[in-house]
Amino acid sequence: MFPKFAVTGALAALLCTSAIAGGHATHPETGEALAEDQTLTYRIGDGIPTLDPQLIEDTTSFHVARQLYEGLVTQDLDGSILPGVAESWEASNGNLTWTFTLREDAKWSNGDPVTSADFIAGWTRAMDPATASPYAWYLELTSIVNAKEVLAGEADVSTLGVSAPDDYTLVVNLTAPLPYFPSMMSFATLFPIHMATVEAHGADWTKPENMVNNGAYNLASRVVGERIELVKSDTYWDAENTIITDITGLVINDANQALTRWKAGELDYMDDLPPGQFPALQAEYPDETFSSPRLCSYYYAMNQTESGHPSLQDERVRLALSLAIDRDVIVDQVLKGGQTAAYNFTHYATAGFTMPEIEVASLSQGERDAMAKALWSEAMGDETPTYKLLYNTSESHKAIATVVSQMWKQKLGVSTELANFEWKTYLGIRGEQQFDIARSAWCGDYNEASTFLDLLTSTHSSNDGKYSNARVDELMAASKTADDPQPLYTEVEQIAMGEAGIAPIYHYANTFLLHEGYKGWAAENVENNWYVKDQYRVATD
Amino acid sequence: MLVYALRRILVAIPTLLALIAITFVLMYAAPGTPFTTEKALPPEIMANLNAKYGLADPLLVQLGRYIWCSACCFDFGPSYFYKDQSVADIIRQGFPVTLTYGVYAFLLASVAGIALGLAAAVRQNTWLDYLAVGVSIGAQVLPNFVMAPILVLIFTVWLGWLPGGGWNGGQWENIVMPVIALATSFMASIARLTRSSMLEVLNANFVRTARAKGLPERTVIFRHALRPALLPIISYLGPTFVAMITGSVVIDVIFSTGGIGMFMVNAAFNRDYPVIMASTVLTGALTILFSLLADIAYAWIDPKIRY
Repeated sequence: MFPKFAVTGALAALLCTSAIAGGHATHPETGEALAEDQTLTYRIGDGIPTLDPQLIEDTTSFHVARQLYEGLVTQDLDGSILPGVAESWEASNGNLTWTFTLREDAKWSNGDPVTSADFIAGWTRAMDPATASPYAWYLELTSIVNAKEVLAGEADVSTLGVSAPDDYTLVVNLTAPLPYFPSMMSFATLFPIHMATVEAHGADWTKPENMVNNGAYNLASRVVGERIELVKSDTYWDAENTIITDITGLVINDANQALTRWKAGELDYMDDLPPGQFPALQAEYPDETFSSPRLCSYYYAMNQTESGHPSLQDERVRLALSLAIDRDVIVDQVLKGGQTAAYNFTHYATAGFTMPEIEVASLSQGERDAMAKALWSEAMGDETPTYKLLYNTSESHKAIATVVSQMWKQKLGVSTELANFEWKTYLGIRGEQQFDIARSAWCGDYNEASTFLDLLTSTHSSNDGKYSNARVDELMAASKTADDPQPLYTEVEQIAMGEAGIAPIYHYANTFLLHEGYKGWAAENVENNWYVKDQYRVATD
Repeated sequence: MLVYALRRILVAIPTLLALIAITFVLMYAAPGTPFTTEKALPPEIMANLNAKYGLADPLLVQLGRYIWCSACCFDFGPSYFYKDQSVADIIRQGFPVTLTYGVYAFLLASVAGIALGLAAAVRQNTWLDYLAVGVSIGAQVLPNFVMAPILVLIFTVWLGWLPGGGWNGGQWENIVMPVIALATSFMASIARLTRSSMLEVLNANFVRTARAKGLPERTVIFRHALRPALLPIISYLGPTFVAMITGSVVIDVIFSTGGIGMFMVNAAFNRDYPVIMASTVLTGALTILFSLLADIAYAWIDPKIRY
């Protein structure tokens, strides 16, 4: 006779399986029907340089790190902060002391609890000169007590202003009352670290077989120049609400090749679309082609040092050059990807930032051209100098440089010598001020206007045109402790744009393709930070 | 022969050392450093990085250390760009990929190329000759950067038979297109070389003698004509093989294979000094090795050659 319990067992197993399969039949919040396949495959442009959170300095690795680890806070789809490992936080002592309370159910992938000591370990590791973290300066930016001194080698790393009264409390002391301090805590350099693993394996600790991490996903495999595979972590505190089970990142160097593979259905998501193709793709795939603001600004730096063309030290000349650039032509005819013409430096979508009133922004291009010509003849008379315009080799930089040099030629009679170099050579030349005008771009490191405006101060290491205005320096210094820095930011923008310290050209947009049915993409997060744990795939039938 | 081979290997050592020294100096002379980024690093952090990777030492000290570590301990150092990978990790990942598609492409190119060239020469001025010459010229004018996207268009976009790229641990579906794209133009060169070399040999006196004494045509061609006709092809195949297994950046970029070619080119762009050095030394050593093997094969094929 067929044993009865076997049949019952089989039935129970069957029921159980269907319950699990149906466990995510609908999305817990939206109620949408979910697809059976909950995987994400996306394109990676250039490989993943490192998965060590304190050594990361590139966007691609940051994207992966956000899935593998979790900091004190994370972000929602709009980029606003959400509790991460920290359940709550409060400021005291006039925003100079921040106390974070950590959740007790946060676990490392080996089952160990995530404690405040792990955060201190991560932060001191980032500051330790032996680690040589390229983003150690981010800690100085957060104004943590002694961060500056430790970085300069004047204080020991143990004096960093952070302490752990108990396993689940982290107290941070600041030198400046930054109201936005918690929002800086989602950055990968400040992720916690499982020191026992790092000490046991050295540089090999990020290999899949060794890695201990605390995020929603674990590292399954990594073939450095080809792919990376992550799987959902069971030890993550919110695993229950994490829907996507597997993530695959495929390294596809060439954007056109990636596009072919997206069209062939091999990829769910790809960004950095081939230049100029956005309108055609939007027409062909209207529901799958997107453009959203991205926290970067494109500008031309004008060399105001002795090594640059002497005329560029005259603010009238700089302003004339800036005004003569027809930004609408650049965004609408050249880039065609939803970018925005810029007359100020800070990206318009920066959190809490009110766009300053810049007089010339409201004029027509005809009026701006007339102004430019008047300023030019006042400053230069009939002189027609030749400027060396530096940019790094790229189709779109070349197109913009060509268009701008035509505009200058027609409107001001200026000749431009285009000089393009591969990336590192270009950076070397730019950093040594061996140019007259240089294509530049700046992306925000956190979502607040000072990440842009600090660049306009005299001593900023990326102020390659060496623009310098004492009032701007003073205002930016004051903004660090101001209750409401916005009026100071407005004044900085107005001064710097009024004398054309730089010539802003456009504010970035992120153009991307996302297959229909894939939901929860953080398109509105201007920092382009996405967390796969928030994403899901809906049933399409 | 053995003495000859040993002598060649001994000569290879100073050659490699000279290669290392020249590459080292050129690499450092290139503008920019491994740690130059869009956002200029504060001097303290730059100093930390230089100290960590020993870049603060004088160039000669660095060169000496490199030669010592790489020659004596096979320690090629960490990558400066892939910060949690060593150069050995990168070569261990990229080289087998390139070696796989390179070897298949080499076999395809040489077998098909020689066969095509032979057929054309033996049946000179017949339709077979015209066809073979036509095919090889067609293949020659389709360099791999044109061939590769055409293959993707046909097999991925139109037919949907093969994935558009990736390596996936070396599944056959992922190997097919890289092999064809890499082999095509080499095959064409080999075919034309074989044809002209074979034609020359077929008109030689010893072949006429062989025919005159009534040997069957098959014996004339395979026993007497083919071996001397292969000599110029052998000297072409040595460096070709090295070129194929040390990476084609076009193949790696278009098919996203993760092969060593892409790592080499990116290392140059990223100023990833240890990877630049290792890939140069690897290519150099393989070139020396395979030209030696080609020379030995010479002597084996043509008994007239003695070293």
